[in-house]
Amino acid sequence: MKVLVPVKRVVDYNVKVRVKSDQTGVDIANVKMSMNPFDEIAIEEATRLKEKGVATELIAISCGPIACQETLRTAMAIGADRSILVQTDVELQPLAVAKLLKSIAEKETPDLIILGKQAIDDDANQTGQMLAALLGWPQATFASKVDVADGFAVVTREVDGGLETIKIKLPAIITTDLRLNEPRYVTLPNIMKAKKKQLDIVTPESLGVDPAPRLSTLKVTDPPARSAGIKVPDVAALVDKLKNEAKVV
Amino acid sequence: MSILVIAEHDNAHVKSATFNAIAAAVRINPDVHVLVAGAGAGLAGMAAQIAASEGVKKVLLADSPALADGLAENLAQQVLHVAAGHSHILFPSTASGKNVAPRVAATLDVAQISDIISVEDADTFQRPIYAGNAIATVKSSDAVKVITVRTTAFDALSNQGGSGVVESVTAVTASDLSNFISRELATSDRPELAGARMVVSGGRGMGSAENFKVLHPLADKLGAALGASRAAVDAGYAPNDWQVGQTGKIVAPQLYIAVGISGAIQHLAGMKDSKVIVAVNKDAEAPIFGVADYGLVADLFEAVPEITKQL
Repeated sequence: MKVLVPVKRVVDYNVKVRVKSDQTGVDIANVKMSMNPFDEIAIEEATRLKEKGVATELIAISCGPIACQETLRTAMAIGADRSILVQTDVELQPLAVAKLLKSIAEKETPDLIILGKQAIDDDANQTGQMLAALLGWPQATFASKVDVADGFAVVTREVDGGLETIKIKLPAIITTDLRLNEPRYVTLPNIMKAKKKQLDIVTPESLGVDPAPRLSTLKVTDPPARSAGIKVPDVAALVDKLKNEAKVV
Repeated sequence: MSILVIAEHDNAHVKSATFNAIAAAVRINPDVHVLVAGAGAGLAGMAAQIAASEGVKKVLLADSPALADGLAENLAQQVLHVAAGHSHILFPSTASGKNVAPRVAATLDVAQISDIISVEDADTFQRPIYAGNAIATVKSSDAVKVITVRTTAFDALSNQGGSGVVESVTAVTASDLSNFISRELATSDRPELAGARMVVSGGRGMGSAENFKVLHPLADKLGAALGASRAAVDAGYAPNDWQVGQTGKIVAPQLYIAVGISGAIQHLAGMKDSKVIVAVNKDAEAPIFGVADYGLVADLFEAVPEITKQL
């Protein structure tokens, strides 16, 4: 069974981004970049499927500028056998990424595509579901447990109010939530091995996809700031403030 | 053209998020239709309730076993089935809305605008990016706009005074792609976290699932929902659906009490629009104090019972 895992290069989750003064975006020059944390969970899950003998080949894919090769090397250090970069400097939005991935999926014919549920930069939470729709495949989003057997995946999903379990027919799309697994640390020997693994570069044109964005960003601004609060000396002072100043209790 | 809003419900009760999405729809165009897609005897009552709320002109009712469990494949097909004639399709930004909306958008070959917090005009919306550390104003050039609505950003309109008509529509049949197996939903007398007027949340500082219970009397006294930081959920102190933050629940209650929560940016993303924020933490340098209206530097195991007593 072949598994594809798309991975995105994003601003590291520890970085607090700053809005540019000309309101054209956020300043990501000289900022630490990493693999989107949910995608790391996706590649970990696929690697575990391979270690269990369920998956036989694991291919990582990234779409974006040439620097995404670093993200693919990380994916291969975790467990991907080979990887594909769809190289473009065009601003990619989820629908375009889903179309690029669809084109690759049609060539590679995987049984399963595991994606992060959301990228922590644009917070869109769309790509996996869009890819499922374009391929006409079922989806199990926000997965916290995955069992694959006999042409089906049984997936427990994190939903409002608790958990639900569904059974989807392969080929299928799964998107990961935080509690699915804890990704392993990448070891130096595996980083060295990953350098020798195959990394192919293709373009949106060669896949027959127009990646032009559909949404134009008119401006990016700071969120409204909260006015500075105060420290209260004790519980009595806190309760007094809540009752008489904020009047919320 | 009208706006289509997809109602969220459990086949018996309408979820309040539906009314927040209707409020957002009315800002775009006051001609709002609402799709109630589900199964069973409870649908008619829900349709009547929605039809009576301000702004709703028509309720489309689809009743089929295929729609009973909100499976994305079937629900997206149902939405597409009634999509024609609607310029915008709005879902509340809940687990279900996020699950289904992109399937609809991709099938229509249009972009989705996720988690809008304001309507600038019929094509232009604001949405948070980077865990709410920046607000993007985006304009769509697509013929149909598929949108998810951040419920805390739009106050529900009056639940009376509407005179919408209820119309049954042909329901889709089930696909063989997916099957519902089971659901484990927490039952609680406390209010639902996402729409609660007050929230008491615990973090890593709680130390254990047992210790987390020190928050229960406070929540009970306030009539508050319970929440948690990611650290507390990952550590097993609290269930996953209590997680407040960038990738969990977004809340904006009248009062948010953060106990033993340091205040990572991912957590702040989920609660910083609360009206009044209280932080209790023994670390005076914790970032949570940067957003708190009232900060108390104290041992939570002494402070929380004392707050409960004095309130």
